[in-house]
Amino acid sequence: MLQRLRESKSAQGTFLALPTTIWLFVLLIIPLILTLIVSFGKRTPDGGVIYTFTIDNYTRLFGYSTDCPDGQASCFDPLYVNILGRSLSLAFNTTFFVIGLAYPLAYFIARAHPKQRNFYLFMVLIPLWTNFVIRVYAWMMLLRKEGAINIILGWVMNLFNIPFTPLEMLYTPGAVLVGMVYEFLPFMILPIYTSLEKIEPSLYEAAADLGANAVKTFLRVTLPLSMPGVVAGTILVFIPVMGTFIVSDILGGRQVILVGNLIQRQFLDARDPTFGSAASLILMVMTLIVTYFYTRKFGFGEEIVVA
Amino acid sequence: MTSEFAVEMRDVVKRFITPEGNEMAAVDHVTMQIKNGEFFSMLGSSGCGKTTSLRMVAGFEWPTEGEVYIEGKAMGHTPPFQRKVNTVFQSYALFQHLTVYQNLAFGLEMEGAGADEIKKRVGRALEMVQLTGMDRRKPKQLSGGQQQRVALARALVKTPDVLLLDEPLGALDLKLRKEMQLELKALQQQLGITFIYVTHDQEEALTMSDRIAVMSKGKVQQMGTPVEVYERPSNKFVADFIGESNFLEGKIKSISGNEASVFIPSLNAELVGMSISEGIVKGEEVNVCIRPEKIRIADKEAVNQNMFRATVTNTVYIGVDTKVFVDAHGAKLKIWEQNRISRLDPKSFYTVGQEVWLMLLPENTLVLKKD
Repeated sequence: MLQRLRESKSAQGTFLALPTTIWLFVLLIIPLILTLIVSFGKRTPDGGVIYTFTIDNYTRLFGYSTDCPDGQASCFDPLYVNILGRSLSLAFNTTFFVIGLAYPLAYFIARAHPKQRNFYLFMVLIPLWTNFVIRVYAWMMLLRKEGAINIILGWVMNLFNIPFTPLEMLYTPGAVLVGMVYEFLPFMILPIYTSLEKIEPSLYEAAADLGANAVKTFLRVTLPLSMPGVVAGTILVFIPVMGTFIVSDILGGRQVILVGNLIQRQFLDARDPTFGSAASLILMVMTLIVTYFYTRKFGFGEEIVVA
Repeated sequence: MTSEFAVEMRDVVKRFITPEGNEMAAVDHVTMQIKNGEFFSMLGSSGCGKTTSLRMVAGFEWPTEGEVYIEGKAMGHTPPFQRKVNTVFQSYALFQHLTVYQNLAFGLEMEGAGADEIKKRVGRALEMVQLTGMDRRKPKQLSGGQQQRVALARALVKTPDVLLLDEPLGALDLKLRKEMQLELKALQQQLGITFIYVTHDQEEALTMSDRIAVMSKGKVQQMGTPVEVYERPSNKFVADFIGESNFLEGKIKSISGNEASVFIPSLNAELVGMSISEGIVKGEEVNVCIRPEKIRIADKEAVNQNMFRATVTNTVYIGVDTKVFVDAHGAKLKIWEQNRISRLDPKSFYTVGQEVWLMLLPENTLVLKKD
């Protein structure tokens, strides 16, 4: 056995990969298979699972309903499809706004004096030291009817003698979007910064030398060379946004329900692990499809990882 | 071409603030006139101000004082993209995300050239640097020498009035560098455009240049043809920096016309018939400078002035030359003797301890002011 290991390169490879393989198997493959099995099961009234094979959970998720208002045997209930669609569009919107905010910031940091750069990066990272939930609660304090934003707005309006009724900002899709953008901003800033910072300054000079002004230099040199950072950041933001439920739970209340909330409620409140498992798998498949098409077009931003 | 000079620097000063907060003049009152169609080199060690001078011509830096003129026009704060000069960067600065073709087309697109014209001009430029057929490769897929050619073609395709080259061959190995030196020179003659070439390699500067500006500490020490800077260095720095030199400290004893006798304390002897430049007066302390290949060695004293006894302290045979190191009354001198005759017998070479006679011919010897 030892003799073989000493001689065979492929045996060595297998041996060295063994810990990772076991780790992946125990923590990823087995739970995934269990989820798959449960998703085809039936719930018992007390939240247990009857192991059988039924696709009821999936048809229900895609709108098949037997609880119809006009006494029909079956009808289309858009409830869950809407949740899936809302999650997808929120993830797209969040990524879009995060790129829009993160790019100028990362650009500013990358072009700042090296001494100040570390300070700015530090500022970007500071919020990450605070608990995720607490940061979302902070936004609740800002956005609610008696919150800081409404108080300041009211005070300003009062100065100009304009009648003011506090805005209803909390528990709206907008509030969830703001929270999501805020939470995931650093994950976009850092990869974009890294790819911008790697651009050799002489390239800007070369572009100017060849006749490009500042705008053309940005569009033709800076932007394409920083794309790996944008791609890496998009992956880092889009995937978690698809599955998070804390932001929508706190800032969206009962109004904005995402797949993440749906899954959480099925397991904890509705006590239907079979339906929760089906929703989890559909979420995973949706994320995989989007990521697949995205990375096929733009790559994984691997240039940034390699460096 | 409206002006006699392609590029002119008039009394240019560039000051920087050092990290310690002190002001430092990287370029200190430099005046240069570079003629149209000239191959002009700025030669000096790092920190001498040659690259800063070039960057001021390109427009990457602006002079603190003085003015840069291109084709007779004062440049002031004209940005690089509005100057009719192009640069070949030391690091090449190729766009890694673009193909060779796209790298070359970049500058033409910025001019607003049409697709057909771009295709024609890029094709011609690639042919000129012998890279035809490489147009679809990315820079990373090319060797160092090929990347260097892309950088050159990318600048030349813009047909600039002046091409600026910042140590473009620095990253190449010696053999390739020597090939490229001759190629660059041939290309410059063929195109007839002005080249301003920055290098720290004296041999490179001597090989290619029509004229050389030898720079040190932000100042131009001497400007002249390769022959002038080598044969008639204007001061000790240039004599020492370009090639090798022997220096003997001495004092002017007498002057008649433009010939002088110089007393050399270390040889305890007088050198007569030395030609001197203007401004040297009787009694002045001077440096007498002679190139190692210009000292003659004789076995015995001939009837001649300016001859001295010396003892051989070391010899090094390097094929083309034999380096002979001698001690003449305490003055240490180096002499390069060309091996003009093929011989194998070690006894026919100079040996350590051998007594020889050295001859310093006045026409080979320079009298320089003390710095």
